[in-house]
Amino acid sequence: MAQSAAGKSNKEQKYDRQLRLWGDHGQEALENAHVCLINATATGTEILKNLVLPGIGAFTIVDGHKVTGEDVGNNFFLSISSIGKNRAQAATELLQELNSDVSGNFVEESPDKLLDNDPEFFHRFSLVIGVQLIESTCLRLAGVLWNAGVPFLVCKTYGLVGYMRLAVKEHTVVESHPDNALEDLRLDQPFAELKNHIQSYDLDNMDKKDHSHTPWIIVVAKYLEKWYNEHNYQLPKNYKEKEAFRQLIREGILKNENGVAEDEENFEEAIKNVNTALNPTKIPSTVQDILNAEGWKNITAQTPAFWVMARAVKEFVENEGEGKLPVRGTIPDMIADSEKFINLQNVYREKAMQDASVVSKHVESLLQSVGKVCVYKSKKKCKNAAFLRVVRCRSLADECSVELVNKDEITSCMDNPDSEMVLYLMLRSVDRFFQQHSRYPGVYNYQVEEDIGKLKLCVNSLLQEYGLNVNVKDDYIHEFCRYGANAIKMITHQFVPFNNTFIYNAMSQTSATFQL
Amino acid sequence: MTWSRGNMADGEEPEKKRRRVEELAEKMAVDSGHGGNARDWDGRWNHVQKFLERPGPFTHPDFEPSTESLHFLLETCKILVIGAGGLGCELLKNLALTGFRQIHVIDMDTIDVSNLNRQFLFRSKDVGRPKADVAADFINRRIPGCNVVPYFKKIQDFDESFYRQFHIIVCGLDSIIARRWMNGMLMSLLIYEDGVLDPSSIIPLIDGGTEGFKGNARVILPGMTACIDCTLELYPPQINFPMCTIASMPRLPEHCIEYVRVLQWPKEKPFGDVPLDGDNPEHIKWVFQKSQERASEFNITGVTYRLTQGVVKRIIPAVASTNAVIAAACATEVFKIASSAYVPLNNYLVFNDVDGLYTYTFEAERKENCTACSQVPQDLKFAPSATLQDILEYLTENASLQMKSPAITATIDGKNRTLYLQTVASIEERTRPNLCKTLKELGLTDGQELAVADVTTPQTMLFKLHFTS
Repeated sequence: MAQSAAGKSNKEQKYDRQLRLWGDHGQEALENAHVCLINATATGTEILKNLVLPGIGAFTIVDGHKVTGEDVGNNFFLSISSIGKNRAQAATELLQELNSDVSGNFVEESPDKLLDNDPEFFHRFSLVIGVQLIESTCLRLAGVLWNAGVPFLVCKTYGLVGYMRLAVKEHTVVESHPDNALEDLRLDQPFAELKNHIQSYDLDNMDKKDHSHTPWIIVVAKYLEKWYNEHNYQLPKNYKEKEAFRQLIREGILKNENGVAEDEENFEEAIKNVNTALNPTKIPSTVQDILNAEGWKNITAQTPAFWVMARAVKEFVENEGEGKLPVRGTIPDMIADSEKFINLQNVYREKAMQDASVVSKHVESLLQSVGKVCVYKSKKKCKNAAFLRVVRCRSLADECSVELVNKDEITSCMDNPDSEMVLYLMLRSVDRFFQQHSRYPGVYNYQVEEDIGKLKLCVNSLLQEYGLNVNVKDDYIHEFCRYGANAIKMITHQFVPFNNTFIYNAMSQTSATFQL
Repeated sequence: MTWSRGNMADGEEPEKKRRRVEELAEKMAVDSGHGGNARDWDGRWNHVQKFLERPGPFTHPDFEPSTESLHFLLETCKILVIGAGGLGCELLKNLALTGFRQIHVIDMDTIDVSNLNRQFLFRSKDVGRPKADVAADFINRRIPGCNVVPYFKKIQDFDESFYRQFHIIVCGLDSIIARRWMNGMLMSLLIYEDGVLDPSSIIPLIDGGTEGFKGNARVILPGMTACIDCTLELYPPQINFPMCTIASMPRLPEHCIEYVRVLQWPKEKPFGDVPLDGDNPEHIKWVFQKSQERASEFNITGVTYRLTQGVVKRIIPAVASTNAVIAAACATEVFKIASSAYVPLNNYLVFNDVDGLYTYTFEAERKENCTACSQVPQDLKFAPSATLQDILEYLTENASLQMKSPAITATIDGKNRTLYLQTVASIEERTRPNLCKTLKELGLTDGQELAVADVTTPQTMLFKLHFTS
């Protein structure tokens, strides 16, 4: 989607509000994706709606059920005329209608049948979303997808409880878009060009206008030099020293003929920013982990682009970067005249471009060493080097295995018996109930009373099997008998997905994320 | 805080009777499955009935399971949805599927292409049509039996008699001013007898807001819980660039665009004496070109068409999923309150899915001297030598007031005088000289009452003037 002044494509206009969040490249990733939904329940179609509207490339619904009256009552994408029809087909029609850019498909088959006859069917998808799956099917499917490297998102809604589980071996994020990232100013270790630029200023011999419109970064840098001379080249470290440093800057504010300090907003900005501007430049631990990741130490022809890049960044850090990441190249806006600001900004920008091209050369030579020639955009990854993230989820198999179950997480959360963790245990127990009785608890009014006892047995057998010494209040067992049963991020590799279990409690409007 | 359906106005008998007859007649009509008069089919409300007809351990203390609740939802409960945009579409869908049939919706906008990525009740053929009308139409056709009534109007076009008819009001607005106005309207409906609040005069307000991947939902019981104005400081301040930067020291591409919008456009009037219209591609094209020129003068890069439009229209990024989450939370609260099935949210939910999924729920507190809901007369403390301009600045800049264009009147020498009013050009011109006059010169006295009207509140606010030495 080329951007031009006039004749903005209709798609660009339609997607304008979301392009401002994930950009054209994010949108491209979305449009190249093919998502599979299993079971077109109200939850399932609602999830698909939120993928179809922004323009996902294609979706396929897999569902062997026929539409019932109850389905139509709670699902916006089914109508009375669909009663008796296959649910996958009926839902596909009304979802397709939302956006003609999207290609909708359906398979009138249960996932179990597909797993029996053609498990590789699922390999073609960018993401599989499984809704209201019974435990056995869910675990079977999870195994297939885990080995094929296809991300799997499991969703369940049960009364006023929502559950989501993300299962993906490894998911890389290039643009995590952190809310409050610190700036990369390098004031503690200025690179040569920055040093020269700072030298070009002489604060003691400037006219008032220039003095008041010098960027605060320069002001801090200049006073840091003064500080270094009197403090053995040590940065101000603690509160006391930073306070003294701020005072030093304050004294530099010009005074009028009566000795009263002038209004110099740029100096006020400098003082305000001392706290963060003097943070030592260092590589965030999340990025350190990525650079030192064991799994990708040796580059081969199959190594994914993200890891080739990570390795190249590592080589930069160990050589030209002298222990530091490539310069980010952006500075915040600040009080300054246009020329001074632009010149300073360009110093950072040019250094960033230089560093990025060095990293690119490392990428090229790495690829050459494994016989590949590839030209791809590494600039984006360089700008975001500090924001690279990797998310690794445990497999469902591990979560459910008696040996590997995350006992610690479960028992410590259950110190508070009303923690959302109890809802997770209830959902697992309900699965167990279904396994034993081929139905969910409390489907009919007359069953509720008896089912409370039966469900309690399931809860206890679950806790016993996993050796969980926790107490599940009867209230929750009762509540679960009353009911009778973060995809875009994965596809665009922007923003960070949750890891790996999310529970939403609509009764209290609270939620929690657990790593199980 | 206890609030339950029992507090809400009961349905009227004649209305109930009429509906029962209607329902009977419809049940006898042949249902060919082609919509028409089809109302309820087998199993339609199963999902809702389980909550309403069965006792449970987490229900509201006042909850009693019965078949009456469903009937109330379907036939009697009247809900007003404000806004038929990103949140509005989701709200209408959720409420209709839950069983609410008497739904009214107000929206003053028409449909734009950029709405289509999330406002799913609209299609490209609907562009230009009123949102309220198209939304109502879609829902009524997709959800048989639902009766959404649309109003292509501003909320300010209605008065107390209109708002009083609703059991619950849900807002999906994109403006703080509108929220405050709605808040003020519901406050004005409250009836106090001997200082005690009559619960049946309370109309719960559920308010939702979203921006990109962030959102919030809150439950307001006017007169009982924190209101919009109690927590004004929670709303992020609007970004406004300082004039000197715009006029002579631009550094960012945004500064260049603002220069063209604020200074160059009014001066050059490229399309005649018309205001800049962010939805007119010709206007935006002109601003874009001029912004590029200005930017190159100062060696600034980064002016794009998209940025230009974003700055001119103050565009906030938006996606379907955030709206879906917040609307779901709001609709859940409407259901809880209408049915007393569970204790409602108490009272503020914050949502953010930039990094993982994060929610935070807390009880926002009432402000003791809240300008909207505290019934405490507001004080103004100024020296007699202060000017009317000083008071005007206070009203607009004070964090708890944040008025937009207040009109100030006072009773001086027995006569009601308009001291300053901005919204009518002729009166503005006539009263402008008053701004430079001191309060003493204007004839104001210590302890005097000033009446202030503003877009942020439907009722005039009274202030007491105290002279300081």
